[in-house]
Amino acid sequence: MRRVGTVGGHTYEFPTLVELMAKATPLRSGDVLAGCAAESAAERVAAQTVLADLPLATFLDEQVVGYDEDDVTRLVLDTHDPVAFAPVASLTVGEFRDRLLAWAAAGDEAAISDLAPGLTPEMVAATSKLMRNADLVAVGRRTRVVTGLRSTLGLPGRLASRLQPNHPTDDPLGVTASIVDGLLQGCGDAVIGINPATDSPARTVALLQLVDEVIGRYGIPTQSCVLAHVTTTLRALEAGAPVDLVFQSVAGTQPANRGFGVTLDLLAEARAGALALGRGTVGSNVTYFETGQGSALSADAHRGIGGRPVDQQTLEARAYAVARHFDPLIVNTVVGFIGPEYLYDGKQVLRAGLEDHFCGKLLGLPMGVDVCYTNHAEVDEDDMDALMLLLGAAGCTFLIAVPGMDDVMLHYQSLAFSDVLTTRSVLGLRPAPEFEAWLARMDLLDDAGRVRELTADAPAARALLAAASA
Amino acid sequence: MSSALDAPLPPGDDPWAVLRAATRARVALGRAGDALPTARELEFRAAHAAARDAVHQPLDPALVRAQLPGVELVEVHSAAPDRATYLQRPDLGRQLAEGTELPRGDADLAVVVADGLSPRAVHEHAAGLVTALLERLPGWTVAPLVLAHQARVALGDAVGEALGARAVVVLIGERPGLSSADSLGVYLTWGPRPGRVDSERNCVSNVRPPHGLSYPQAADTVAALLGAARELGASGVVLKDEGPALPAGAG
Repeated sequence: MRRVGTVGGHTYEFPTLVELMAKATPLRSGDVLAGCAAESAAERVAAQTVLADLPLATFLDEQVVGYDEDDVTRLVLDTHDPVAFAPVASLTVGEFRDRLLAWAAAGDEAAISDLAPGLTPEMVAATSKLMRNADLVAVGRRTRVVTGLRSTLGLPGRLASRLQPNHPTDDPLGVTASIVDGLLQGCGDAVIGINPATDSPARTVALLQLVDEVIGRYGIPTQSCVLAHVTTTLRALEAGAPVDLVFQSVAGTQPANRGFGVTLDLLAEARAGALALGRGTVGSNVTYFETGQGSALSADAHRGIGGRPVDQQTLEARAYAVARHFDPLIVNTVVGFIGPEYLYDGKQVLRAGLEDHFCGKLLGLPMGVDVCYTNHAEVDEDDMDALMLLLGAAGCTFLIAVPGMDDVMLHYQSLAFSDVLTTRSVLGLRPAPEFEAWLARMDLLDDAGRVRELTADAPAARALLAAASA
Repeated sequence: MSSALDAPLPPGDDPWAVLRAATRARVALGRAGDALPTARELEFRAAHAAARDAVHQPLDPALVRAQLPGVELVEVHSAAPDRATYLQRPDLGRQLAEGTELPRGDADLAVVVADGLSPRAVHEHAAGLVTALLERLPGWTVAPLVLAHQARVALGDAVGEALGARAVVVLIGERPGLSSADSLGVYLTWGPRPGRVDSERNCVSNVRPPHGLSYPQAADTVAALLGAARELGASGVVLKDEGPALPAGAG
């Protein structure tokens, strides 16, 4: 069947599903760089028009990346659940969008959330391409994904945070100072997660022990993670280190994952190792994944059927299929990190952050976002504010925060700890329940439940500051 | 760490100083409600503004020429016509603009000074580093210096090939960070031609006196790498393995 759409008197043809998906994608620099973007605004809408009439079930029969050559495609199709898919199996992509919005408006979280095992990344990506930003928020906030290890994440009315205490040389005291600063501002309920400056097993073990000691000493209901390569974490597990979470960056094609040095088997092995430690108290989700639009393109691993470039948003959704296979505690897109050749300006980053959250949630992931930017992108703090508040409204599982918006190790800007407080207070959101109770025990909350602005001689401040004094 | 955890709060007027002394991260900034206090907010903006301006300031050829009197200098442009295109199309920044002509010769070395992501780094450090490097290369024939606009590292491959040079060294403005808007990087490639990949290059980064590497330090390293590359007839990973160890921080 020929797929043609007419807009403004012009008829556009989309010979393959790969091209249809790419041309229906809202404009972003990465797709222009890859050579797959629509060549005009009219062609983009024509593609969206054709996509809206495509039966959702098409994606089970026709692939964007081939089944035989790519293990992500095989994972998606081999684990597809036709029973979960049944309620929407007869819909087109456009009808599916409408149905999701109707369920969201009615507050029917179960109808939306139970679909996850029946949805493929391509179905979800296609649907997002027809949605406005507000649609992505409205459905995202009604998609419920709850996970736990020592804190419970994803409950309604909650917004958690990753406390990211990076240091250019992994100095224990420097890392501890940033941890204390974050805890005093009510952050760290999703994870205290460090990007190590070097990927050595010994360094990873030392950092794991450091955070484990802080968590243990103050009885903090959260988990630690050192975001080393999965093979390094395997070595740390062998050494008996206190590993709460196995971390890995993942992407949406087999060659892109090969570029990251990971296979599905390796991830399964590491997950089994962490699970065997039994370190959870309220749940047993022991993996953490990061993703980001453009990662496959930057590794020249972005091609699909016929060698055609696949758009970066579809590939990003495919990365979520990898992540969900390993029952993660948390997943986040690092949305503005990769640079302006993939997401050029605030408009593109904002859109991508909302798409990623929506697609991840709909596929069943506990989705968070690193709201961030680099200095050569056309992005500033105001753009970040808009995205963080929209994500808060969208029911985002967690946001990443660093001291004063400035990551002094990775050299990019993320949110400040106080931005998490702003998002919570503006939108009436609270920390994870176990962490909120801990904040109260530490006398860090006022009578209204807000994180106090402390003087240094307050008992809680004294106790935590002691951790940073040597 | 347990002794540190147990330590009492040190006396002093500002107990938060404990945190500030432990890291360069922006800790203990205080709050205005649930936001940053005005002074801390403006400090951040000033750092971001310096980084933004470093990216968008145009490369000033007259300034570089004036800093290098007596050095023959040729200007080229990449295929990226403006800054916005350059930032979105790294592929165009690696190609020479159509119709670019360079004098083909038989030099040992071509040196390219490229704006990259920080023209400011070129204005502040390129002349000093070029001078220090040329002093360390007696016996090397060097092609006319090339000043490249809207350039990525790999533009040096096209320039080196066009000049007929056996090696190319690209001095390029690095992506500005909040605390380092003027950092210059150096990339060495033996046998330059389009299609060379990153693993075939050696890199010395963070040339930025007085905070980063000094010109003599960086020039010593690059000259040693060039000597080793000439012996081996190759650069990149192979050279790093067999050649002299890079100094700490030279990346």
